[in-house]
Amino acid sequence: MLKIKDLRASVEGKQILNGLNLEVKPGEVHAIMGPNGAGKSTLANVLSGNDKYDIIGGSVDFGGNDLLDLSPENRSREGLFLSFQYPVEIPGVSMVNFLKTAVNEHRKYRNLPPLKAGDFLKMMREKKELVHIDSTLTNRSVNEGFSGGEKKKNEIFQMAMLQPKLSILDETDSGLDIDALRIVANGVNALKSKDNATIVVTHYQRLLDYIVPDYVHILYKGRIVKTAGKELALELEEKGYDWIKEEMGE
Amino acid sequence: MGDQDKLLNEVTQREYQYGFVSDIETETISKGLNEDVIRLISSKKKEPKFMLDYRLKAYRYWQKMDMPKWAHLNIPEIDFQDIIYYAAPKSTPKYESLDEVDPELLATFDKLGIPLQEQKQLTGVAVDAVIDSVSVKTTFKETLSEKGIIFCSFSEAVQEHPDLIQKYLGKAVPYTDNYFAALNSAVFSDGSFCYIPKGVRCPMELSTYFRINASNTGQFERTLIVAEDDSYVSYLEGCTAPQRDENQLHAAIVEIIVEKGAEVKYSTVQNWYPGDKNGVGGIYNFVTKRGICKGDRSKLLWNQVETGSAITWKYPSCILIGDDTVAEFNSVALTNNYQQADTGTKMIHIGKNSKSTIVSKGISAGKSSNAYRGLVKVGKNASNSRNFSQCDSLLLGNQCGAHTFPYVEVANNTAIVEHEATTSKIGEDQIFYCNQRGISTEDAIGMIVNGYAKEVINKLPMEFAVEAQRLLEISLEGSVG
Ligand SMILES: Nc1ncnc2c1ncn2[C@@H]1O[C@H](COP(=O)(O)OP(=O)(O)O)[C@@H](O)[C@H]1O
Ligand SMILES: [Mg+2]
Repeated sequence: MLKIKDLRASVEGKQILNGLNLEVKPGEVHAIMGPNGAGKSTLANVLSGNDKYDIIGGSVDFGGNDLLDLSPENRSREGLFLSFQYPVEIPGVSMVNFLKTAVNEHRKYRNLPPLKAGDFLKMMREKKELVHIDSTLTNRSVNEGFSGGEKKKNEIFQMAMLQPKLSILDETDSGLDIDALRIVANGVNALKSKDNATIVVTHYQRLLDYIVPDYVHILYKGRIVKTAGKELALELEEKGYDWIKEEMGE
Repeated sequence: MGDQDKLLNEVTQREYQYGFVSDIETETISKGLNEDVIRLISSKKKEPKFMLDYRLKAYRYWQKMDMPKWAHLNIPEIDFQDIIYYAAPKSTPKYESLDEVDPELLATFDKLGIPLQEQKQLTGVAVDAVIDSVSVKTTFKETLSEKGIIFCSFSEAVQEHPDLIQKYLGKAVPYTDNYFAALNSAVFSDGSFCYIPKGVRCPMELSTYFRINASNTGQFERTLIVAEDDSYVSYLEGCTAPQRDENQLHAAIVEIIVEKGAEVKYSTVQNWYPGDKNGVGGIYNFVTKRGICKGDRSKLLWNQVETGSAITWKYPSCILIGDDTVAEFNSVALTNNYQQADTGTKMIHIGKNSKSTIVSKGISAGKSSNAYRGLVKVGKNASNSRNFSQCDSLLLGNQCGAHTFPYVEVANNTAIVEHEATTSKIGEDQIFYCNQRGISTEDAIGMIVNGYAKEVINKLPMEFAVEAQRLLEISLEGSVG
C-alpha cells in the first residue's frame, strides 16, 4: 500500500528526513516512535503534501501512484488521511459544511454523485457515536473553541467520515485523559479492516496498549533506526530515548 | 515571495468572468460637457422645465467645485471633457413580450446567469433592466400598479409623475452634497423610481440590473425610493459590467425617503469590472447613497456586497430624523489585485431612541487596499440613541492593506456608542488542513470567505445571497492556488 524509499526532505533549508525507508501493507498497524524533533511530524506532513516541506530525494508509492506527484487534495481523495498533531481552527466554516464539502469531493473523485442532505446527516450521526462527539461540537465552526481533547476526537471523527485507506495519527494521544484515550483508540480500532492501514505516531507506549501495532519503528534524526514488534515500545518506555542515542554511538 | 503569496497570486489571476461586450446599437452624443450638452440631454428625454432648471443649477454649482482628494484612494486625473454623457440603445420601444427584445440583449442576460424570463417566472421578481442609460424592459408593472405601487425608469417617472419627482428629488442627496453628486444631478441619464403608497407592503422584491455597455460612456444613474407611512419594500440592485480597457466613471445617486412606520430594505451586489490583474481598466465607482428615516418608527436597511470596480468610493448613509427610528448597514467589501475601496457609512442620529447597527466585513487580497470609513454622529436631542459598530478585516496574503477609520461625534450624554474591530488572516495552515480533507484551495478559500461574510450574506434576499456567495468565490479566483 505504502512504500517509502530513501526519502529525504527539508524544511526552511534544514534537512530533516535523511533517507527514510518504510513499507506498510493493507491491514497493518505501524507505530512510529522517537524523541522530539526526530522528524515524525515532518514525515506526516511530507506524505500528505504540505508544501512548506521540500523533497530532496527518494520516492513514495501509494497504491501504485507516485504519491509525491499528487496534489494534497488528491492524496486525500486517494485515501490518505492525516490526524494533525495540532488541528487548526477555521472560524466561520461550520463542521457540517466542511465535512459535506470534503465527503462530496471524495465522492466526485470516484465519479459518485453528491450525498443527499438526509443521507449525509445520517452518516454524520453514526460516525459521531463512534467517538462520542457531541452535536454541540459539530454544530460549531471547525475546531473553533474546541479543547485539546475535543480537537483530537474531532480528527478521528473526520477519519471515520472519510474512510481512508491509510491513516497517519500524529500524536493523537497527546493531551488526552485516559477516558478520552480509550474512546479515541476504540474509534480507531472500529475503523480497522483488512484493507486499510494505520500509522500511529506517538511518544508513549500508553496508546499502544489500546491500538496494538504489528510493527514499532524508532525514528531518530530523520531515519528509521530500529524496527521490531510491539515489545520494542515497552523496551523503549523502560530504557528511554538515551538508550537509542547510546545504540547509535552517541 | 512566500508560499502563501504564491498561493494567493495563483487563485486571483483568473480573467474577469463577466467581461464581454454586447453588440447592441447605441446612440450617443459627442464627448464633453457644457450647458448645451445638458440642454440636449434634457430635450432628448423630453423633460419638463423644472428638470432642466435643476440640472443647470447643479452644473453651475459643480463648475465651482474641485474634485476631492481622499487619503486612502489613489485616483488618476479624470478628464471630464473626454466623457460621453448620454447613450441610449437606438430606438427604444417598450416591448410587450420578450420575443420582441433584442436577442443580443437576452443573450447578455443569459451570460450573466440572470435570464429575464426565468427571473419573471420562477422568482416573482419584477425586473427593470437598465442597459446603459435607458430602461429597456419593465415587468410586473400591472401587479404592482393594482396596489398603487410605482416602479419604473426614472425618465418615465419624470414624464408620468412629475409632481412626485419634483417633491422628492434631491431631498436626501442635494446637488450641493459633493462633487460627484453635483455632476450626477447635472447629467444623470436614467435609473429607477419606486413609490410605495401608505400602508402598502410591496408583495415582491423589486430589482434592477444595471450594466455599462457603450464604450466610454460615463454612467450617471439615479434611483429614488419613497416609502409612505407604514409601507414596506425590499429593493435589490445589482450589476456586472463588460471588460474595458479605458477607465470608466460611474457616479450614481440613490435617495431613499422613509416615512412614519415604514421600512425599506435596500440590497445591492456590486460587480463592476475591477480592471485586469495588473490594475488596467476597471470602473471608477463614486456613489452617493443616502436615506432619510423621516417619520417616527421608520426603518432603513442597507445591505451591500461590493466585489467590483477599480476604485470604489461609497458610504450609504442614514439620517435618523424620527423618534424610535432604526437603521442598519451590513456590508461585505472585497478587493483583489490592484482594486481600491474606501467604503463605509454615516449614521446621523437626530431623533430620540434612534438605533443604528453597522456590520462591515472587508476582504483584501492581492495588492489591493480596502478601507472602512464610518461616521456615527449623535445630535444633542437624540437622547437614548444607540449605535453598535462591528468592523472586521480579513487579509489574504501580505501584499494587501486594510484600514479602519471610525469617527464618532456624540453631543448627547444618554447615547451609547460601541465599536468593535478585528483583523484576521487566512492562514496557509487552514488551507492545508482543508486540502488534507480533499478540498481544493479555491474551494477552501471560498468556504472560509463565505463563512466570514455569512452574517451579512444572510441578510440578503435568497436569490441575491446565492449570487453573492458565487461572486465572492469568483472574485478571489486566482488569488490563492
Ligand atoms: N515548519 C517548520 N519550520 C521550521 N522548522 C521546522 C518546521 N517543522 C519542523 N521543523 C523542525 O524540524 C525538526 C523536526 O520536527 P518534527 O518533524 O516536528 O519533529 P517531531 O514531530 O518528531 O517532534 C525540528 O527540529 C523542528 O524544529
Ligand atoms: Mg511532532
